[in-house]
Amino acid sequence: MTPVIDPLTLLFASIFTSNILLANFLGMCSFIAISKDMNSSNGLGIAVTVVLAITVALSWVVLEYLLIPTGLEYLSFIVFIIVIAAVVQVLEMVIERVSPALYLTLGIFLPLITVNCAIMGAVLFMQIRHYDFWQSLSFAIGSGLGWWMAIMMLAAMRKRYEKSNVPAGLQGPGITFITIGFMAMAFVGFSGMVRVQ
Amino acid sequence: MDIGFILTSAVVAALIVAVFTAVLGLLIAFTDKIVNNYGEVTIDINEGKRVLKVNGGSKLLSTLAAEGIFIPSACGGRGSCGACKCQVISDVGPHLPTEIPYLTEKEQLDNVRLSCQVKVKTDLKLHIPEELFNIKKLDCIVERIVPLTYDIKEVTVRMPAGTDLHYVAGNYGQFEVPSYGDMKEPTARAYSFSSHPQQKETLEFLIRLVPGGVVTTYVHSFLKVGQKINVVAPVGDFYVHDNSATMICVAGGSGMAPMKSIFNERIANGTFNDRPIWYFFGARTTKDMFYLDWLWELDANYPNFHFVPALSEPGPDEDWKGPVGLITVVLDDYMQTKIPLAEEKEGYLCGSPGMLDACMVVMKKNKMPEERIYFDKFA
Repeated sequence: MTPVIDPLTLLFASIFTSNILLANFLGMCSFIAISKDMNSSNGLGIAVTVVLAITVALSWVVLEYLLIPTGLEYLSFIVFIIVIAAVVQVLEMVIERVSPALYLTLGIFLPLITVNCAIMGAVLFMQIRHYDFWQSLSFAIGSGLGWWMAIMMLAAMRKRYEKSNVPAGLQGPGITFITIGFMAMAFVGFSGMVRVQ
Repeated sequence: MDIGFILTSAVVAALIVAVFTAVLGLLIAFTDKIVNNYGEVTIDINEGKRVLKVNGGSKLLSTLAAEGIFIPSACGGRGSCGACKCQVISDVGPHLPTEIPYLTEKEQLDNVRLSCQVKVKTDLKLHIPEELFNIKKLDCIVERIVPLTYDIKEVTVRMPAGTDLHYVAGNYGQFEVPSYGDMKEPTARAYSFSSHPQQKETLEFLIRLVPGGVVTTYVHSFLKVGQKINVVAPVGDFYVHDNSATMICVAGGSGMAPMKSIFNERIANGTFNDRPIWYFFGARTTKDMFYLDWLWELDANYPNFHFVPALSEPGPDEDWKGPVGLITVVLDDYMQTKIPLAEEKEGYLCGSPGMLDACMVVMKKNKMPEERIYFDKFA
């Protein structure tokens, strides 16, 4: 019997000790692509957090009340993908209508998020770790905040690289990869402090 | 477990997933219906020149196209070419990150937007160049296809009866071919008219086979007389400036098209002999030469027109009496020996980017001001 982790601990654990990006390496593509710019990183970070919270919670409901009762858990991959795509689509339309300002910072990243591995990864962790609803929600929000924090850190460092004397061959992707490696190593140091499942 | 049970459960599973997907699909459609419904909005173009009443919710580019106003766009609205710029005077919110890479700082201050990225949500006031009103989408019928050389075809299309297309020689049209082979969608490419404006019923293009080119391959392999072809026209800013300076025209290959149009336009309105025209046409071998008889005839009949065809690589057994060498070398030679240096000159170039750049260097070297060299670059 696995010990039951309380939602608050799970929230912090998923931000720091098992950061979805730096400990599980999910959502790497947009992490590297967008971190060139602080503002965009911020927008994408918020968008990932919001979408994660909504999709994980919704997927939990779908899993618990549709897939498990009908014995269709083996189809969860397909169903989760559909849920994520639909949520993102609806969210984009609503935000565009309701708040043009928010759409400007967040909306354009939503299509990018449909294919963000961090979202799918968190949904699948939720399933295989058998979280209950509140655990799922705090795990999702924590993962989103963790992802947001990681991209802001990288964006800040890349901003500094613009003014520093990076060797010609390492400029751009080279130094970014090395930086991410160091960040990941630092975060791996936390691993095992809190059991998340 | 018997096979029947497995089959039944598979069908049930598929059904449940299908119903679930359908529900989500309906949800999206429903949200779209409610959220994306901006009702009827008014688009005011150029201070009341045209006022459109349209349903909001689509991009500006497609909304205008549906109303018959075609803002030139090379990528068809994917936001990857930056061509569909237009000035939006009323407030439609700040520039989107998808627009900024294509706009200069001045354009951003002037409220220039990419019409394929701006969504029509409220009443809009726009400014677009007047000549865009003139751009039409024409359902043409292919009337004649004449091979001029082994890789250049002269394609004539008939415009719908009653079309009154106003254009100037040097303009071009977007020639759209249907989907074929791996191409899922119709593809359009821009070609200069080789017909002249006084020729009212038909349009003519010179289309050279570009290896791997989507439209040129279609034209050379599949296009048939009698076929329907869409042409969006007229577009372009290449035209003859009205003054008395000597025109130095340089073209290669299908770059002949706008020159033919310009010469015929001037012949038709009787101004062909009004100013000196030098026409340098470059080709590799005699196999790449065309329209020679016509151009020599012009050269003989009009004292102010001088035709200089040059071959860069004539074969040993070819009967060629004209100049030999790259067109730039021939041009340089003529500008130093035949065309008076003091004469006021204007350059008109049409051809590949490489040829144009090289001609530009020669012309500048021979004291022609850069701002008076006009060109139509193949892209």
